[in-house]
Amino acid sequence: MSHVRGFARFCYDFVVGDDWTVAVAVVISIGLTALVAHRGVPAWWCMPVAVTATLVWSLARATRRR
Amino acid sequence: MSTLLLLLATFAASAVEMVEALTIVLAVGVTRGWRATAWGGITALVALTAIVVVLGPAVSRLPLAALRVVVGGLLLIFGLQWLRKAILRASGYRALHDEDAIYEAEVAEVRAAATTTAFDWYAFTIAFKGVFLEGLEVAFIVITFGASQGRVGLAALGAAAALVVVASVGVVVHRPLSRVPENWLKFGVGVMLTSFGTFWSAEGAGVDWPGGEICLLAVVAYVAVLSAVLTRVLVARHTRGVGLEGRLAAG
Repeated sequence: MSHVRGFARFCYDFVVGDDWTVAVAVVISIGLTALVAHRGVPAWWCMPVAVTATLVWSLARATRRR
Repeated sequence: MSTLLLLLATFAASAVEMVEALTIVLAVGVTRGWRATAWGGITALVALTAIVVVLGPAVSRLPLAALRVVVGGLLLIFGLQWLRKAILRASGYRALHDEDAIYEAEVAEVRAAATTTAFDWYAFTIAFKGVFLEGLEVAFIVITFGASQGRVGLAALGAAAALVVVASVGVVVHRPLSRVPENWLKFGVGVMLTSFGTFWSAEGAGVDWPGGEICLLAVVAYVAVLSAVLTRVLVARHTRGVGLEGRLAAG
């Protein structure tokens, strides 16, 4: 059981890392981009904007704590 | 063009993980002897090869759009985490990743555990764990990078080149690879992972990039400039903060 828990912990640390909000923001961004793209509107700008916002937000969170 | 980018991205990302694995193997080998350490490393490599052989073709058979969303999303999460750490380190908000310190810590930990059996299972386990965990990350990089472009072989070539370079450097210097400017390597890898992740996840979500694949270069340039600007902003902010703390402490 401890091995399963250890592996789950490794997977979480490996994929999600220090800031879980990054993973959530990426999932939401992809969903919103798909919605925009499937309405026939050019959606290529969505992900770069989302990446900028996510990185700025995550860095602001990390530096605010100190 | 994307062939070269794929090769470079896989090479750099794999090299970072291999440097970490090599640091552990060297620390254990120097202090506990090389026989069990080498067996630990080799066993881990065999296990990893089996995983890549089993998972590689299975991943290649999945629908490309769905694969791009999942893989692109994972790469983006992974890349943003790397970039975040590299920017925080470069700006002084977080201590630099010190391979020398890690090496010393590993050596102290290994020396503390006394050898009681003929075959040193402790050295075997530590070497296995280090190589397997870091290698799992390399396998993930190879499978995801390669499968998204239908070029697992090319991605594996990038990782193999990194293995040759890192192992050669390890043999030559025979000590931790602290001379590799790891944070800058991580910064570069973070930019590549984030760019690939942005490009693929958007494509999988139904986006048509202007100019097709050539737009990937623009995404790489954009992420690199964005990261450089954010680093500069944080360096200035951190320097102001340190200066203010110093003045407050002085009087």
